[in-house]
Amino acid sequence: MSDSIITANDLGNGLVVFLTADGGWSQRLADARVVGPDALPEAVAYGKAQHDARIVVEPYDIEVTLENGVPVPVRLRERIRAAGPTVAYGEAEIAERAALSKAG
Amino acid sequence: MYRYDEFDQDFVTDRVAQFRDQVERRLSGELTEDQFKPLRLMNGVYLQLHAYMLRIAVPYGTLDSRQMRKLGDIARRYDRGYGHFTTRQNLQFNWPKLSDIPDILAELASVEMHAIQTSGNCIRNVTADHFAGAAADEVADPRPYAEILRQWSSLHPEFVFLPRKFKVAVTGAERDRAAIQVHDIGLHLKKDENGRLGFAVYIGGGQGRTPMIAKKIRDFLPEEDLLSYSEAILRVYNLNGRRDNKYKARIKILVHETGAGEIARQVEEEWERIRHGALKLPQGEVERIREYFAAPAGLAAKAPSASLASARQADPEFDAWVRQNTFPHRVAGHVSATISLKPIGGTPGDATADQMDVVADLAERFAFDEIRVSHEQNLILPHVAEDNLRAVYDGLVAAGLATANAGLVTDIIACPGLDYCALANARSIPVAQRISQRFGDIGRQREIGELKIKISGCINACGHHHVGHIGILGVEKKGEEFYQISLGGSGDENSAIGDIIGRGFSTDEIVDAVETIVDTYIARREAPEETFLAAYRRLGQGPFKEALYGTA
Repeated sequence: MSDSIITANDLGNGLVVFLTADGGWSQRLADARVVGPDALPEAVAYGKAQHDARIVVEPYDIEVTLENGVPVPVRLRERIRAAGPTVAYGEAEIAERAALSKAG
Repeated sequence: MYRYDEFDQDFVTDRVAQFRDQVERRLSGELTEDQFKPLRLMNGVYLQLHAYMLRIAVPYGTLDSRQMRKLGDIARRYDRGYGHFTTRQNLQFNWPKLSDIPDILAELASVEMHAIQTSGNCIRNVTADHFAGAAADEVADPRPYAEILRQWSSLHPEFVFLPRKFKVAVTGAERDRAAIQVHDIGLHLKKDENGRLGFAVYIGGGQGRTPMIAKKIRDFLPEEDLLSYSEAILRVYNLNGRRDNKYKARIKILVHETGAGEIARQVEEEWERIRHGALKLPQGEVERIREYFAAPAGLAAKAPSASLASARQADPEFDAWVRQNTFPHRVAGHVSATISLKPIGGTPGDATADQMDVVADLAERFAFDEIRVSHEQNLILPHVAEDNLRAVYDGLVAAGLATANAGLVTDIIACPGLDYCALANARSIPVAQRISQRFGDIGRQREIGELKIKISGCINACGHHHVGHIGILGVEKKGEEFYQISLGGSGDENSAIGDIIGRGFSTDEIVDAVETIVDTYIARREAPEETFLAAYRRLGQGPFKEALYGTA
């Protein structure tokens, strides 16, 4: 049976967070508490309570697989959401293009 | 440029104070997300894939250097050093903290800017031709009317809870550069046989999951009736538009299901009732608003620039930029210059804080302090004397903003896609970047000629794929990104929705598929002057289908 984690956005800064084993929230995917199907309803309910307590926004569960003990979301959308945009942005994007044109 | 009067300034300042209180109550736990969401949306605050996103209105795409510098300043101090210019001529910041947003809005208010009605089921930022007030082919400047519509529609009590969002665009030239036929209301400013100004009125156009070309419901609406007629349209829509199904709630569905003739009849009937009332535009008021948009002092005809001619001769790259990125101006000796936000391999529409500063400086020094945002996600300096073009170009080169690709195959519109957007099914930006790299050679781009590629990462069509000469729609299929191609779309005065060409392509295949289409066009065009769109309209899908799939 599949494993899941609970994700949401931080209320104040809006950044993506994951429910941790101690009931807090972390921006690091590796910190996420991985739950099996049996524990999932309780974890979802906890997330919703944290939403209702105005700590996080719009929590939901996502399916993950474990790679070297670290959860990896199954859906591409969730992998991108967890890791950030797949393209460089701002000054880093300009630097990347400059390096590319030098190499080319 | 339009300047806020005391009412505008008080209104915007009050709104900032109101939202500051709402944010404080949200952060302190007083307001739930369900209570807060409609409030934040009314102020342009979304919750996107990674973070909050703030969408700032740039009315009819017009900015001055002070405002552009402020956007750069906000990008640097409150965001991650960049912003994203959108197809609605707006600017989006992708990483603001909710707790900072009231301060950001206060900063914006200090330069007569805001984020009101950039979201929600209301009348959104009114867009206009980005060459407005400058183009040689213009009948009249559409922006005074866009401003009048903005004042009328801002917090219009009857129209703040429409069935769905509502978008208006205005053009003042025969050649439509504002895509008015894919708007809820499209206004074509023109003159009648007596030389009076008025509008051809189109309604019910739009993209999204049900793309429609707008229907013309009136060939000539006198200028003075602009607001009463708009109010009549909105009232018919507000009363009869569907509220039971979000996907059928836009006015295009109402027009389609009811019939344009019947809708026109209802609009005219309502208009007859109100046309002689308070909404009739007093001529003095139109003139007063028009004054704000008068040509800059000092913009006077000049002889053709000798220095420009010799500079072009001496530098082929500069010559190429002038040829591709400047547009004829109505005042001799001047041009409008397009600042491409589409560097080869870059993110369409993105600009860094430093680049915003550079554009502001160049506008201030060489371009009468005016800047535009185009719906094609570029920036424009609308008034540049030919004598100053070289200096502008040198400034742009130094900032990486001088790509000579306006209107070419690498001048791609792309929505933020799955890299940023909570609604997207597939990524848009990396596809745009790879296509841009594939066609990066400027000689090849020029050989291909005018070709508009538009990419959306989901069916909502923010990347305008339906009206791309080559449109690309990202979808999710069995957990993978797939890209569906449509051909022959167009968002100009001969608007058309593109035809889906066949089965979609994987991420690995999509760039090759685009190249196959382009190569087929090159091989089959009658002459280099025959554009991709003209060739497609002549040839139909057949040769392209065959080249892509091996079957006619």
